[in-house]
Amino acid sequence: MAKSKEAALIGEVGETLVANHLKKKGYAILARNWRIKDGEIDLVALSPNGKITFVEVKSRSSMAFGHPLEAISPDKAFRLQRLALAWLVSNSKFGADFQIDAAAVIIAPSGGIEIDYREAVL
Amino acid sequence: MTIGVTHGVSLMGLAGTLVQIEVDISDGLPHYSLLGLPDLALMESRDRVRSALVNSQEKWPNKKVTVSLSPAWLPKSGSNFDLPIAVAILAAQEVIPAKRLHRAVFYGELALDGRIREARGVLPALISLLHSDVQTVIVPQANAAEAKLVSGLEIIPMENISELLKWLRTGIRVEAEEVISIEKVNGFKDLSDVAGQPDARYALEVAATGGHHILMIGPPGTGKTMLAERLPSLLPELGEKAALEVSAIHSVAGALKERGLFSKVPPFISPHHTTTRTAMVGGGSSVIKPGACSLAHNGVLFIDEAPECVSGVLDALRQPLESGEITITRAIGSATFPADFILVLAANPCPCGRLSGRGRGCSCSSLQVRRYLNRLSGPLIDRVDLRIKVEPPSRTAFASGEIGESSAVVRERVALARARAAKRFATLNISRNAEIPAFALRNEFKAERAGMSLLHNEMDRENLTARGFHKTLRLAWSIADLVEHELPLLEDVKRALALRDGMELFG
Repeated sequence: MAKSKEAALIGEVGETLVANHLKKKGYAILARNWRIKDGEIDLVALSPNGKITFVEVKSRSSMAFGHPLEAISPDKAFRLQRLALAWLVSNSKFGADFQIDAAAVIIAPSGGIEIDYREAVL
Repeated sequence: MTIGVTHGVSLMGLAGTLVQIEVDISDGLPHYSLLGLPDLALMESRDRVRSALVNSQEKWPNKKVTVSLSPAWLPKSGSNFDLPIAVAILAAQEVIPAKRLHRAVFYGELALDGRIREARGVLPALISLLHSDVQTVIVPQANAAEAKLVSGLEIIPMENISELLKWLRTGIRVEAEEVISIEKVNGFKDLSDVAGQPDARYALEVAATGGHHILMIGPPGTGKTMLAERLPSLLPELGEKAALEVSAIHSVAGALKERGLFSKVPPFISPHHTTTRTAMVGGGSSVIKPGACSLAHNGVLFIDEAPECVSGVLDALRQPLESGEITITRAIGSATFPADFILVLAANPCPCGRLSGRGRGCSCSSLQVRRYLNRLSGPLIDRVDLRIKVEPPSRTAFASGEIGESSAVVRERVALARARAAKRFATLNISRNAEIPAFALRNEFKAERAGMSLLHNEMDRENLTARGFHKTLRLAWSIADLVEHELPLLEDVKRALALRDGMELFG
């Protein structure tokens, strides 16, 4: 179980790093780890120009298993779209302008951190 | 990011089309899409290209990669787009300069470690580029010798992708070892190996002269195969253009190594009698490959045990026999291969094979015998001018140890006779006696008067049909050419009649 705890920790750290990255760019964080039965949205933020931005964060400790964003399968991408709509509905913002971004975070054991942030991927 | 552009070649049969490869890399989730009707082997290029680049210490874009092969409507197949795709991906990332990509074509499959693998069809692909504005072609090192048969293009053989990228970046080439072309000096089997058999030898000589198709009937073990194998050695050496054409066909079939790179020996192809129609005339669903009859182009197609052939296979030869080429149409398109060959058929006299001489030990009924040989009748046999019986060699010839004429001697006679015929055909669109049209045989290509009347008499006696009449006359021309007669004399016509011994069976 130690392994998955570590993985969960990396995931959490990654999300925090991306949240800080967005805040620095002037975003307001609206929600973190918003979860319903169908799944989870890592981050919901409001961009400086008023767009609601959903972010899927993938964190890894190395590139050994390929690029983290490769883990987002077409199925998963489709689910993200549904979750985004679900969030908008449940927050009475349906019809608002939104986009879905993805972020890859590499946290190397040496302490090096790399964030690969991609906008409007879906 | 810019769009990376390179060029490759798509082959359909022997015809190549220049294909432009465009790669666009955009932000988004890592994804790879390949557009332009790729087949399965081409779809799989993604994984080969990726591994090859990564293992050559190059960057793989973990972004949205769109590869488009145009013209988009043309179905494309095979692995030879690996190389242009890989280069275009690097060009799109701007890690290589675009200047050497201009007017260059890349052709080759990639191994996972970045090596460039030997490819099929290099020769026809290059030939098809001769009339384009392409100047440089990058080919696999293993195909260097083959590629260099084509003059007029700058050929750059490359061993692996690192070498290629070094050249693209700096213009520096790892100097390859000089290509040693492995040329089969002489693939001939010589006619002097045949003991006796003067009639059969003569028939081969006539067949070689006029391009006549030939049927040999005789019991097993009398040397039918041996004789047929020696027919190519009697044909004139192939000219530059013909040899290149033959090499190109073998290149598409992946059989160039066995044949020898630029062999001028006319090919000898002997498909087994159980062969399928596809193997005989060519075919295939994603890549159309030439069949035995195209591999035998400019040479000899030998079918042993012809009556045993699967039904339909021999009939499939009708189109090539008629037009000298074969067109194969499949869902992905159609391909035309040249298929101009001398057909040699061999058959046993009866199903058990023992019906010769006094027919001792033959257990076949007369009905069985007739049925057996009738399998050969029909439109195919119509085109066979010569039919000979091959009997066991006579005891004296066999025991004397006497050595008959060698192929070289006969070949010289054949070449002279062909030259005489060629002069005669200067105004017609034919090159060999077997192709003289029937109307011409009754007009400008008549035999000597006595010869013509002999043929007419034979027709009156119902020994000769109208078809047989024309065939005999064509043979007579070849015989006359061999003995340097201006036109077939009575004796030539008589010899021709003798060479059609027993042809009445088929008309």
